[in-house]
Amino acid sequence: MTDHSLVDDALSARNLLPSTPFPSDPRFAPTYPPLSAHEATVEANRCLYCYDAPCIQACPTHIDIPTFIRKIATDNLRGSARTILEANFLGGTCARVCPVEELCEGACVLNAQEKPIAIGRLQRHAVDHAQERGLQLFQPAAPTGRRVAVVGSGPAGISVSAELAKLGHSVTLLEKRELGGGLSTYGIIVLREPVEVSLREVEAVRALGVDVQTGYELTDQAGLNALLADHDAVFLGLGLGAVPAMGIPGEEHLLDGLTYIEHSKLHPELLPQAQQVVVIGAGNTAIDAATIARRRGADVTMLYRRTEAEMTAYRHEYEFALSEGIGYRFLTQPVRVLSEGGRVTGVECVKMVLGVPDPGGRPTPRPLPGSEFTVPCDAVIKAIGQEKPSLAIALGLDVAGGYIVVNETMQTNLPRVYAGGDCVRLRGSASTVMAVQDGKYAAAAIHRQLSGMFSSESLETAHG
Amino acid sequence: MADLSVNFAGIRAPNPFWLASAPPTNSGAQIHRAFEHGWGGAVWKTIGAPVLNISNRYGGLSIAGQRLLAINNVELISDRPLDVNLREIAEIKRLWPDRAVIVSAMVDASPEAWREIVMQIEDTGADGIELNYGCPQGMSERGMGAAVGQVPEMCELNTHWVTSITRLPVIVKLTPNVTRITEPAHAAIAGGANALSLINTINSVMSVDLDTLQITPNIGGRGTHGGYAGPAVKPIALNMLTELLTDTQVLKSGVPVCGMGGIVTWKDAAEFLLLGAGAVQVCTAAMHYGYRIVEDMIDGLGNWMDDKGFATIADVSGRALPQVSTFGELDLGYQAVARIDPDKCIQCNLCYVACNDTAHQCIDLVAGNGARVNPGYDVRVNGKAVADTRPIPVVREPDCVGCALCANVCPVDGCITMVSVPSTQQNICWDALTAQRPEIATSWDAMMAYRAEQGIEIH
Repeated sequence: MTDHSLVDDALSARNLLPSTPFPSDPRFAPTYPPLSAHEATVEANRCLYCYDAPCIQACPTHIDIPTFIRKIATDNLRGSARTILEANFLGGTCARVCPVEELCEGACVLNAQEKPIAIGRLQRHAVDHAQERGLQLFQPAAPTGRRVAVVGSGPAGISVSAELAKLGHSVTLLEKRELGGGLSTYGIIVLREPVEVSLREVEAVRALGVDVQTGYELTDQAGLNALLADHDAVFLGLGLGAVPAMGIPGEEHLLDGLTYIEHSKLHPELLPQAQQVVVIGAGNTAIDAATIARRRGADVTMLYRRTEAEMTAYRHEYEFALSEGIGYRFLTQPVRVLSEGGRVTGVECVKMVLGVPDPGGRPTPRPLPGSEFTVPCDAVIKAIGQEKPSLAIALGLDVAGGYIVVNETMQTNLPRVYAGGDCVRLRGSASTVMAVQDGKYAAAAIHRQLSGMFSSESLETAHG
Repeated sequence: MADLSVNFAGIRAPNPFWLASAPPTNSGAQIHRAFEHGWGGAVWKTIGAPVLNISNRYGGLSIAGQRLLAINNVELISDRPLDVNLREIAEIKRLWPDRAVIVSAMVDASPEAWREIVMQIEDTGADGIELNYGCPQGMSERGMGAAVGQVPEMCELNTHWVTSITRLPVIVKLTPNVTRITEPAHAAIAGGANALSLINTINSVMSVDLDTLQITPNIGGRGTHGGYAGPAVKPIALNMLTELLTDTQVLKSGVPVCGMGGIVTWKDAAEFLLLGAGAVQVCTAAMHYGYRIVEDMIDGLGNWMDDKGFATIADVSGRALPQVSTFGELDLGYQAVARIDPDKCIQCNLCYVACNDTAHQCIDLVAGNGARVNPGYDVRVNGKAVADTRPIPVVREPDCVGCALCANVCPVDGCITMVSVPSTQQNICWDALTAQRPEIATSWDAMMAYRAEQGIEIH
C-alpha cells in the first residue's frame, strides 16, 4: 500500500496515462512546486488552529481546515488526507485549482496581520501523500442493492459517485470521453494540475467499487429512459459545451480555447507553432490558454471588449498573466479574422466605448464607428465562455438561462433525475469546488430518496 | 554605554557572560576562540577522574518545528588527560589575563583527591574553582557529581576539603535534582563556599523514537537518563535562583550566585540578573549557534541598560527580588479583568474556546448587530467575505476571574490585556486574614460567610 508506483502502474496498465507524459519541459512545470516536508511542517505550525474558523465556512465544501493542518503539524498525514477527502473527495484537484484567495485563504484571520496560511498547498501536501501511496482511506458500506447511474465523470460526477459508494449504493459512472475526470483531466492546464492527479481521483472512486465506463455518451431521452429503467436514480454532471461561435468572418480560423488547453495536456503535437497569438476573452480560461501559448514562446495579446474593471478573471489571475508578460488590449472587439492562403495573418478589430449598465450592472460596450485597426498574429484563440448544455432540452429537462433547473437538493423536474456541477447554476459561480459540493448535496438527497426517507433535516450540520 | 564588567566573588571579567563548564569549554583552542568572540569568562569543562565517553550523547527537543528547545546529554566530564587540560588552562590564562578562567573539577570524595587537584588548578593561574556537584548521569553512579550535590552532608564535607586548602574563590555548582535547592546551598555555604552557581542539568529522558521504538539517544540499542538543559529549563532555573536569593541564610552569608539554565539571549540574562544573579553562564545556546551569539548578548544587554538608566551590572542585579512573595502575602482584594481590543482582534476565537472549555465561560461571541451568538455558520454561505461578518469575542467582565488564560492564548501582541480594576473586596492577604479569622481556613461555612460579606461570587 505504500508503493509509490502502484497507482501509476494501475493507470498505465489501463492506458490511462498519456504515452509521453507531457510536458517534461520545465516551462510547463507546476506553478507552485510541492512543499517539502519541512516547509509543510513550518507552514502548518503557523496556523493558529482557530476555533470555529472562517476558512471552514469560506470553503464551499466546508473542509475542516484547521484540523487537517493540525494533523500535518503532528505528522499525521494520513489522518490529514482523510479529514480533507471526507469533506471533499476531489481535495487533490481542489488543492490545485481552487481560487483560494477568494475562498479559504481569503478568509484566513492572518490576512489581518501578515500573509494567510498556504491552505491550498498544505492540502495538496496531505492529499498527495495519500494518493501517491494509493492509501485506501474510505470503505464502501454494506451493499444496499440500490443502483445509481452518474453521467459525466467530472468533479460533480466523481463527488456524487464517491459519496453514494461510501453509503453502499452501486454506482455506474459513465464518461463519453476516453479518459475519466472531465474538466480536471481535459480543462485544467498542467501548470495547475497534471493529468495524473485527476486520473488518480478517478482511480480512487473506482477503488470504492464504482463501475467507471468510458466511451458512453448520453445523447437523447431514450438513453435517459434506458438508464432510469436500469437504475434507481440518475445524476447528470454534464458540464458545459464548447466555446460558442463568434459569428465573424474568418470564424473557421479561430481555435477553441478549451480544445487548445486539452491538446496542451494530452496532444501537444497538435498545438499550432505560432509566434504571435491573440486570445479573445478575459476570463480565467482565456488566461490559461494565453499562459500556455506564452510558455510555448509566443507573444500573446488578449483582447477584451470591456475594461480591466469588468474582467471576469480573478484579480490574482490577471496579475499572474501580466507577470507572464501577456499583453492586454481593452475596449477592443474583433470583427474579422484575416488570413492569406489559409494562414492567419491578423485580427481586424474595432474600438469600443462603454455605455449604460446592463441588468447585471456591467456597462454595455458598443463599437466606435471608424475605429477599425488590425492586430497582426498567426493564431487566434477564442475563450469567451462556454455553450450551455443543449442536451438538457433533448432530455426533457427544465432549463433556465440555458442551465438545468434543480431544486435545493439538486433534483431536476424529472423524478429520480438529479444534476449538478457546471450544467446547473444553483450556487453562484462555476468552479470545481462548487461542483464537488453539488455532488455531496445530490448524494445526500439521492440517499434519502433511496432509503425511503424524506427528511427535511438540513443536509449538513455546521461545525462548532 | 553601560559598564558590563563584573567582580564575582573576587573573579573579575569584562562582562557577565561566561561559558558554562561543558563541551564549549573543552579545550584551550576552543576557549581562545570563544574569548576572541568576546565571552567574559569560561568555566573549563570539568577535569578530574579518568573517563570514557560514549556515542552518541545528545537528545534534542523540537516543538512545532523549532529545533533544540532543550538538549539532554549523557556526556561525562573531560575525557582529555589531566595534564593536557592543566597545561592549556595555564596557557589561556596567560593569553587572556582580563577574562575569567574558572576550572570545574570533580574527583572522588576524599580529601587527598581534592587536595591534589586543587593544587594543580592553583598552579595554572586560574581565577577560581567550580565544584561540580551536579552531573546527574555517569559520574553520580561513581559517587561524584549529583551524588555529592544531593546529600547536604557530602556537599558540605567536600566543599570544606577544598575551601580549607585553596586561596582561590570556590564556586559550588548545585544540582536541581533535589526537592529543596536551599539545603545543598546551606551545606555549601557551611563548607566555606565563596559563591554558588545553578542550575546544573535536570534528570530527563528526552524522547522515544516512534519509528524504531528506541529511547533517544540510542546507544547501541540502550538508552539512559541524561541531563536536561536549554531554553525549556529557564523557568525552573529562575525559580531556583529566586529561592536562593530570598533565603535568609543565603542572604546572610552574602555569597553571590552565578545563574544559568536556558540563557539564549541578553533578555534571558537580564532576567537572571534582575533576580539577583551576579554573572551568568551559557552552554546550550552556544552549542546551538556557536560562540558568535555573545556579541548580541553584550550589545543587547548594554543597550537595554542604557535605556533603563542602569550604569553597572550591580545596579541591575536583584532589582526584581523585592517583588518576590509567598502566596500568603498576595493581595486577595486585587482584581484584574481581561480586555479584548476589538481593533486588534483577528477573530481566531482561541480566547473564546479556551475560556469556554477550560476556564470560566466569560467570553461571548458578539455579532455585528450586538447580538450574542453561538459558534457555527450557515453552510450555504461561503467565500472570503465570511471573514467580514465574524462575531468578535467580548469579555463579560463581571464574570471574569482574571485568570489570564485568554491573554496567554491570544496570538496578537497587545490585543488582550489584563487590566487592574477597582475592587470592592478587602485588600488583605491570606496570612493576615487567617491570622485575624482563623476559622476561614478551616470551615467552609466561615469561608462562605466571608465571601457573602465581601460580595465575592464564584461563578
